[in-house]
Amino acid sequence: MSARPIIGLRYRAAVLGRVLLAALGGYAVAALATGLLSLVLPMPRSEAVVTATLLSFALMVAVVVAVFAVRSLGRAALVVAGLALPLGLGLWLAGAFAGAA
Amino acid sequence: MRQGLRQSMAWLHAWSGLVVGWVLFAVFVTGTASYYKAEISQWMRPELGAVQADPVRSADLAAAFLKGKMPDAAGWYIELPKPEEPLITVHWWKSLEGPFHQALLDPETGAPTKARATKGGDFLYRFHFELSMPPMLGRYIVGACALVMLVALVSGIVTHRRIFADFFTFRRGKASQRNWLDAHNVTGVLALPFHLMIAYTGLVTLAPMYMPWGVQTAYKGDEIRFFVESGMMPEMRAPAGRPGELASVGAMVATATARQGEAPEGIGIYNPGDAQASVVATFEEPHGLAHLHPQIAFDGATGAVLATNGGVRAAATTSAVMVGIHEAHFAGPALRVLFFLCGVLGAATVATGLVLWTVARTPKGAREAGLGLRLVRILNLGTIAGLPVAVAAYFLANRLLPVDLAARAEWEVGAFFAAWLLVALFGAARAEARAWPEAFAAAALLFCAVPLVSAATTGAHPFAAGARFVGFDLAMLALAAGFAFAARKAGRGVLDTARRRAARTPAEEAFQA
Repeated sequence: MSARPIIGLRYRAAVLGRVLLAALGGYAVAALATGLLSLVLPMPRSEAVVTATLLSFALMVAVVVAVFAVRSLGRAALVVAGLALPLGLGLWLAGAFAGAA
Repeated sequence: MRQGLRQSMAWLHAWSGLVVGWVLFAVFVTGTASYYKAEISQWMRPELGAVQADPVRSADLAAAFLKGKMPDAAGWYIELPKPEEPLITVHWWKSLEGPFHQALLDPETGAPTKARATKGGDFLYRFHFELSMPPMLGRYIVGACALVMLVALVSGIVTHRRIFADFFTFRRGKASQRNWLDAHNVTGVLALPFHLMIAYTGLVTLAPMYMPWGVQTAYKGDEIRFFVESGMMPEMRAPAGRPGELASVGAMVATATARQGEAPEGIGIYNPGDAQASVVATFEEPHGLAHLHPQIAFDGATGAVLATNGGVRAAATTSAVMVGIHEAHFAGPALRVLFFLCGVLGAATVATGLVLWTVARTPKGAREAGLGLRLVRILNLGTIAGLPVAVAAYFLANRLLPVDLAARAEWEVGAFFAAWLLVALFGAARAEARAWPEAFAAAALLFCAVPLVSAATTGAHPFAAGARFVGFDLAMLALAAGFAFAARKAGRGVLDTARRRAARTPAEEAFQA
């Protein structure tokens, strides 16, 4: 162990940051996209739900890979936020958060 | 986490593969075995012969049994006898939160079966997606691992600049790391479409649980409404809230059989003690890829047909086909063998990947392996050699435990985990180079013992008149041969190292010491 180059705390924190961002951010983007597409896809309601759900896993994988592919943690956070915010906004506009109505 | 796309993907592949590797190996092994779940269950209840059970009578017997057990249940479910499982399986529950009770009934008498108590192939099947944990927790863990597997696959594909050429590359006998890499590439790339398919469709089988947000927004969380509208479930009634008498379930099975042209495979009875009980007959999937069971709902009080499901559209059909391909119920014997072999390749991809991770990080020269590396090595051996030993021990326990032992089915499962733990501890205690060939040899011996012990304890051997388990016995011997080969290979590795060490200069040797 001692002979190996010592991995800096900074590096470890960056790895942890990406793992958390990939897991939580990736799921959040997939979940928001599923919720939104289920409301807006131009097909019968049940079909929209199934289509959105089937696509969601591919989307999450893509987000996870992107989080690890971009150059820095900050950029990765921008990618996730850049996807999650418009999706969240869309869901809000589509009325998904309007109580139990 | 390194510069450059290929480097960062290589990093992602190595680490994502490592963290889920052990669970994935277990999921692959038990899932692959589950392609032959019915055959395993049959072998594990050798007392049961082929019975020609009458579905109508079976349904009435089962309903009478369930009424005795829990007349005020939230639901009962009856699985009618099949040629490959000549028993009635009944389930009952007070609430959808569980607990779910289960019993196996003799289709002749309607009483609990006299066959030995075992979980049969069902144990391996449920382990495949629940890991013998609380069901929901196990399903979430397996789902997360499946998603990480997809990430590992995508990053692995990006890492590979020569993916097609590697298909034909296996450089035998060169450097050890190169060997493991080639083996990982061959098993991974050869069955790559299968690996991608099985991980993705596996997620789809439990999609409403993993990704419920579409149902949340479009149906405000009303899952039943979603299943009814998508054509996967017939419309059902809410309970009336006052007691009622259930009509003959057998008569409803007769009606269902007449309408569909075949007997249903299962019957669900919801709120059986209520005046508005619903009875749903579910049929086997029609010929084809899609996992879509036709269903007929009856009024439980009168036996009148209430509704059927159907009208499944494109997306729902796509989803059902994905589940169908995952389960491969549609596959005939030859195709099932191919699915089985692909599953074996999947397990081999995971195993070679795990070993490669350690080989690539073995320190050069005299440096000690770090704690992390040692831990990975122990977990590798404990999983890759331990799980096969556990499966063999599970089969052996089925034949060796006394037939009338109390909690016998639990003892079998206990034997499975005890054997697994034993191999893991052995691997932790013994030098790695010795542990691998010895653990594989143990697996080979145990699988070889399965047909012999079975013949000795039940008299059912391949040369007996009317032998039923020839295929199972041959599969056990093939596994034994496979593990014997692996033990020999792993032992050779030890010899090679010893020879190389012998060829070293004394100075080098002294340095090593």
